[in-house]
Amino acid sequence: MQIIFKTSYDQDINILSKRGEYIRVTLLIVSMLAAPLFLDVYYLSELGLLLVYAIAGIGLMISTGFTGQVSFGHAAFLGIGAYCHSILMTTGVPFSVSVVLTTLFCGFIGMLLGRSASRMHGFYLAVATLAFLIIVETVIGEWTSLTGGYAGFLVPELQIFGVYLPEIWQQYYVDLGLTLFVVWGTANLLRSPTGRAFLAVRDSELSARSLGINVEWVKIQSFGISAAITGIAGILLAHHLAYLSPETFGVLESLKLLLMIVVGGLGSITGAIFGAIFVSLLPVLLSLLRDVLPGAISQQAGLEPMLFGVIIVLFVVFEPDGINGRWKKLLHFFETFPYYRKASFVRQKRYLKTERMR
Amino acid sequence: MSSLVVENLSIEFGGVRAVDGVSFAVEPGETFAIIGPNGAGKSTIFNLISRIYEPSNGSIHYGERNLLDVPPHRVVNLGIARTFQNIDLFEQATVLQNLLVGRHSRMSRNLLRDFLFIAGARAREREHRRKVEDIIDLLQIAHYRDQKISDLSYGARKNVELARALCAEPTLLLLDEPASGLNQEETDDVSFWLDDVKHDLGVTIVMVEHDMGLVGRVADRVMAINDGKLLAIGTPDEVRNNPDVQQAYLGIPA
Ligand SMILES: Nc1ncnc2c1ncn2[C@@H]1O[C@H](COP(=O)(O)OP(=O)(O)OP(=O)(O)O)[C@@H](O)[C@H]1O
Ligand SMILES: [Mg+2]
Repeated sequence: MQIIFKTSYDQDINILSKRGEYIRVTLLIVSMLAAPLFLDVYYLSELGLLLVYAIAGIGLMISTGFTGQVSFGHAAFLGIGAYCHSILMTTGVPFSVSVVLTTLFCGFIGMLLGRSASRMHGFYLAVATLAFLIIVETVIGEWTSLTGGYAGFLVPELQIFGVYLPEIWQQYYVDLGLTLFVVWGTANLLRSPTGRAFLAVRDSELSARSLGINVEWVKIQSFGISAAITGIAGILLAHHLAYLSPETFGVLESLKLLLMIVVGGLGSITGAIFGAIFVSLLPVLLSLLRDVLPGAISQQAGLEPMLFGVIIVLFVVFEPDGINGRWKKLLHFFETFPYYRKASFVRQKRYLKTERMR
Repeated sequence: MSSLVVENLSIEFGGVRAVDGVSFAVEPGETFAIIGPNGAGKSTIFNLISRIYEPSNGSIHYGERNLLDVPPHRVVNLGIARTFQNIDLFEQATVLQNLLVGRHSRMSRNLLRDFLFIAGARAREREHRRKVEDIIDLLQIAHYRDQKISDLSYGARKNVELARALCAEPTLLLLDEPASGLNQEETDDVSFWLDDVKHDLGVTIVMVEHDMGLVGRVADRVMAINDGKLLAIGTPDEVRNNPDVQQAYLGIPA
C-alpha cells in the first residue's frame, strides 16, 4: 500500500494533493497549450471538439454521476445552448454577454427540469428527461421564425470583444479556456458543501435528509449547474458546426453523452474526460467495424445507436468503474510496484440494505 | 436544554397500527432506551420523530418547538441527529466525506460561491475539518479516515455512522440498535462511547436496543412497547421485572 503522510488539512482541501497527480496535470495542461504548435488544422479542430465534449460530459456527470439523477435529455441543453447563443449573436449581442446569458438561460431551464425530476426516480426519470428532449427538439424544429426550423441556422463567426477569430487555433484556445474553467469549477464544487450534498443525495436520500440536506432543492441545483455547463458546451459546439439543425440534438446525441460518462467512469471528472476521448475515437472504430462487417449489416441505418447501446451495456456489466477505474488500477500498479496484488481492489465484503426508505 | 415530549402518538400502515397512542418524555441529559419484540414499532417511533413518517394522531415537541411543523431536513437544525437500524451511509464516499456531510446543518452553502471556491471557502473547510477531527478522535476512527465506506467492515460502519450523527453537534441523539450485529467486545466499546458522548458532549440519548445487558448498563430509564402499545416505563430493573413486559417481550408467562 502506498502511504501518504499528511501534515496539514490543506492537503485534503487542495484539488491535487499527490505530487504525481500535480506533475501529470501540469504536463497535460502545458501540452494542451502547446498543441497548436505541432498539430495541423484538422487535428487541432478535432481536439477542440474533444474538449467541447469533455465539457458536455462534465455537465452530464454532475447530474448523473455525482447526484445520481439519470438524464436522457442532456442533448437538449447542447441544443438550447447552441441555438440561444447563435440567435443572440446574430441579433448583435457581443460574444461574452451572449455566453453569460445563454449559460444562465440553460441553467434556468435545467432547474425547471430538475424541479419536475426531483419527485421522480429511476425509470420514470429516464422517460421524463427523454420526453423533455423530444419536446425541445420539436420546438426548435417548428419555431421557424426564430430558429430557421429544419432548414437550419447559420452560426455567426466567432468574434470576441469586436475582434474576429477566424483561425482554428484561435477557436481552439477559446475551447481550452472554457474547458479549464469548467474543470476547475467542478473540482471546486466537489471539495465544498454543495458537491458533498450532491454525492450524499446520490448515495442515500434518507440519510441526506436526516443530516439537513433539502434533497429536492439539491436536485434542482444539480440539474441547474449541469444544464448550464452542458449549455456552455453547446455554445462552443455551435462554432464548430457552423450550421445548426434540430436533428443534431436528438436522442442519438443524448445517448452519446451517456455513453461517454459510463465508459469514462461514473462519478469523477477524469471519467468525463476519458469518455470524451473515447467518443472522439469512436468514428474511427465505427469505420473499421464497417469494413469488417458484411455489407447487409454495415449499411443498416441503426448501426450507430445499437453500437452505443451495446457498449454501454458491456461497460455497465464488466467494468462499472469505466476507463477511469482501469487507469486508477494501472497507476496503483506502478506506484506500488512490485508489491501490487490483484486483490488490492477487491472489496472486503458487501452489505445489502434490506430496508430502504426514500 | 430541551426535553423531548411525545404525546398520544399513533400511525397506521394500511390498517396495521404500528404505533398506537404512545406517550413518553425524555429529560435533558438522560439516556432513554426503547425495548420491545420485533415489529413492536420502535423504529417507527424514530421515523416519526425524524419526520420521515407523518403521524395519524398525537404530537411531538422538542423544547418549545412542535416537531410536526418542521420539514424532515430541518429536524437536525433543532439539534436532533440519528442513526439507522440498517446503517445508511454514503457508500461511494470516503469516511471523511461522510463526516463532513454530517456537518451540513452547520455549514452555509452557496452554489456559485462553492463553484468559484471564493469568500473564505478554504478557511471554512478547515474550521469544519477541525470539528470533524474532534469526533474522529473521540471515537478513535482515525485509521480509516480516507477509506471508502464500501471497503469498511460492519463494525467500522457502525462507528462511522455514530460519528456522522455526532458531527451535527446534536443535543438529542436517536440511536437505532447501536449494538446489533456487534460482538461482545465491540458492544463494550459502544457502552464506553455512549458514556463519553453523554458526559463529554452532554448529549441526551434515546436508543432502541435488544441487548438488555447494554441497556442495563447505560440507560437511566427504559420504555417497553409491544404491538405499538406502551407496556411500561421505569428504571431498567422495574421494567425488567414488570409482569406484562416479561409476558410480551421475554415470552415468560407471568
Ligand atoms: N413503511 C412501512 N410500511 C408498512 N408497514 C410498515 C412500515 N414501516 C413499519 N411498518 C410496520 O410497522 C411495524 C413496526 O415496525 P418497526 O420497524 O417499527 O419495528 P421494530 O420495533 O423496529 O422492530 P425490529 O426490532 O425488528 O427492528 C411492523 O409491523 C412493520 O411491518
Ligand atoms: Mg427496528
